[in-house]
Amino acid sequence: MDFTLTPDQEALRARVRTWLTAHIPEDWKKFGLSEVPRPEAYEFLRKWQKTLHDAGFIGLTWPKEYGGQGLTFVEEILLHEEMALAKAPPMLNILGVGMAGPTIIAYGTEEQKQRYPAKILSCEEIWCQGYSEPNSGSDLASLQTRAVKDGEYWVINGQKVWTSLAHVADYMMLLARTDPAAPKHKGITYFLLDMKLPGVTVKPLRQITGDAEFNEVFFDNVRVHESQVLGGVNNGWAVGLTTLMYERLALGFGLQVRLRITLQSLVDMAKRIEKNGRAITKDPVMRQKLAALWIDTEALKYTGARAVTKLLRGELPGPEASTGKMGWVETHQRLQELAMEIQGPYAMLARGADAAVDSGVWQYSFLRSRANSIEGGTTEIQKNIIGERVLGLPKG
Amino acid sequence: MDFGFNADQEMLRATARKFLENECTSEFVRARMAEDAGFTPEFWTKLAEQGWLGLVYPEAYGGAGLGFVDLTVLMEEMGRAVMPGPFFSTLLGGLAILEAGSDAQKKEWITKVAEGEARVTLAWTEPSARWDAAGITTAAKASAGGFTLSGTKLFVPDAHVAEALVVAARTREGKNADDGVSLFLVPKGTKGLSVKLLPTMDQTRKLCEVKLNDVSVPAGALLGQKDGGWAPLARVLERATVALCAEMCGGAQKVLDMTTEYAKIRIAFGKPIGSYQGVKHKAADMLVDVENAKSLTYYAAWAVDENVPEAALAASMAKAYTSDAFRKVSGAGIQLHGGIGFTWEHDLHLYFKRAKSSEATFGDATYHRERVAQLISL
Repeated sequence: MDFTLTPDQEALRARVRTWLTAHIPEDWKKFGLSEVPRPEAYEFLRKWQKTLHDAGFIGLTWPKEYGGQGLTFVEEILLHEEMALAKAPPMLNILGVGMAGPTIIAYGTEEQKQRYPAKILSCEEIWCQGYSEPNSGSDLASLQTRAVKDGEYWVINGQKVWTSLAHVADYMMLLARTDPAAPKHKGITYFLLDMKLPGVTVKPLRQITGDAEFNEVFFDNVRVHESQVLGGVNNGWAVGLTTLMYERLALGFGLQVRLRITLQSLVDMAKRIEKNGRAITKDPVMRQKLAALWIDTEALKYTGARAVTKLLRGELPGPEASTGKMGWVETHQRLQELAMEIQGPYAMLARGADAAVDSGVWQYSFLRSRANSIEGGTTEIQKNIIGERVLGLPKG
Repeated sequence: MDFGFNADQEMLRATARKFLENECTSEFVRARMAEDAGFTPEFWTKLAEQGWLGLVYPEAYGGAGLGFVDLTVLMEEMGRAVMPGPFFSTLLGGLAILEAGSDAQKKEWITKVAEGEARVTLAWTEPSARWDAAGITTAAKASAGGFTLSGTKLFVPDAHVAEALVVAARTREGKNADDGVSLFLVPKGTKGLSVKLLPTMDQTRKLCEVKLNDVSVPAGALLGQKDGGWAPLARVLERATVALCAEMCGGAQKVLDMTTEYAKIRIAFGKPIGSYQGVKHKAADMLVDVENAKSLTYYAAWAVDENVPEAALAASMAKAYTSDAFRKVSGAGIQLHGGIGFTWEHDLHLYFKRAKSSEATFGDATYHRERVAQLISL
């Protein structure tokens, strides 16, 4: 067991720290701290990711030949930690960097690997994820969007829903059914879909926050060239699961780190707010709740570090790798609820009210956090996965 | 960065698990619960032969010279076997001598501890049940050629089978409670020392009341600096807290294992109960609790081993989380077993009770969360 860094890693840490101090734009604060990019910040965040990319701070673990830096997860963690300390803006193309890119590198043809990953890192092309459908959420393998072969093309018809960033995305990771006769897991194909193709219609969905961050996407005879299949026809379920594995792994670090940033902001706010004539942080009950969040956030970090150690040693991830997402969800939702509790009646005021705490950013984050236990696999599905794949309990 | 155990540590785990599965069976544990001593001389000799009684002490004092990460592995396995007896109390006493004692005191006592010839416990808590220095009110007055100790110690583990007690007493009253605490090595049978074994809910843990009625000890009984005993004692407690957390993690893991196995074979409504989400999801929650408790405990073990500035915070984070986790997991284990889990015959109650006694030892989750709050400057 050893938490010390190599001289190269220490040097990277110092370099990142210096760079962030010099490069985080002053006007970032006006967008407020939230773990999800809000629509008005998209253009700002697109530029920010480009800046990060030009400095060589994105895609650290990706191979050099596809635009990455060829480093290990340790460097990736260091980077995320420094970004947390500096309260850096989040990455806009998070679905591309966290999911599409690694999956293309794992399954793509050489042509696909040359074409897509680099532009994901530079944020030249934004990606969205076309998995969920109106009748296929947790039971993803029951998806009904159809792809029928016509010469060199696949013709897509159907609908996706809850598709984050689809309204600004250039490409979609699309799962569609290519063999309706096969068992449901076996007839699915993974497509790299150009969102500008004729027949693709994106309709923003207004959500609980009032923002339209996610969308419905309709496919009406969309013709996709066969070269856009990733990982082979009818092999989409395996490819799609790889994406989800990367999602949980890669997004895991970022999520924990952003949680730590948000927690620090919460503590800062609690120190400013008074209740019964003293700072909230001097209230014994609030101290308990804040300390519990602190501990849980640290637990996520070290559980993640154990999983990463196994990867670095070339071992298979153990039980500790599977708990990250639901642990993060539980902690983050509790954090947002505490942020409301700390504000007392000010919790009722939203953006636009002069008296709103922190310009009303917490009200947005509180509402947005309700999606956490649904998106990327509901907590109930996560518990099924842990129960069945980790503990070996029988399927229901 | 490497956050995992090395090959030697994995081997220690395998050795300890095999040894304890053979030597520390449910029958053995229950027999020890029913007796006052809580251990057998044969078992103690075997622990000494394995080198575990001196695991963390320097080789110069007969120890194996290993660290707290190694101890973590061993404690996890002992917790898994819900091992009874004075191993942990002797670790407390031994660490106190190691932290505070002179070279001669260490040579004499640590060597005996490592060889299994002596058990030493730590008598510091009192009826006030405080975990801080202010809780130490037992008086130590300078007298001809030594000190006279008077007071009552409570919750002292295994004092009835210890060859000596490390007693924390107050040699000076001052504004700062940390100042004026001194540690004394008091051999059993010293005149005026009386030890009463107390019935405990967790019968695998024997606790005593220790009364010091004008106990005279020579100047040579003082461990370390007069008035300066709190600093080494605090270091001992920090380390022992982490070791206790490791033991708790081992117990929690065992409960999860037992429960998972039961959920696979117990049939209700024609199916194994583990196939129902009401059971499956609870088991998943148990796993999350166990894994996070381990993560915080392993980190704390590394932190106290390396003596990094964050060690105190790491230890309190681990104890806060693990106290809740073991209690919840052992309770859920009983619930998922149903009626059988509530019987004396089933081993679950041993873990449930151990969870509660460990939770209350060295401060519970609420106590340690407040410490965390202080350490992160809330």
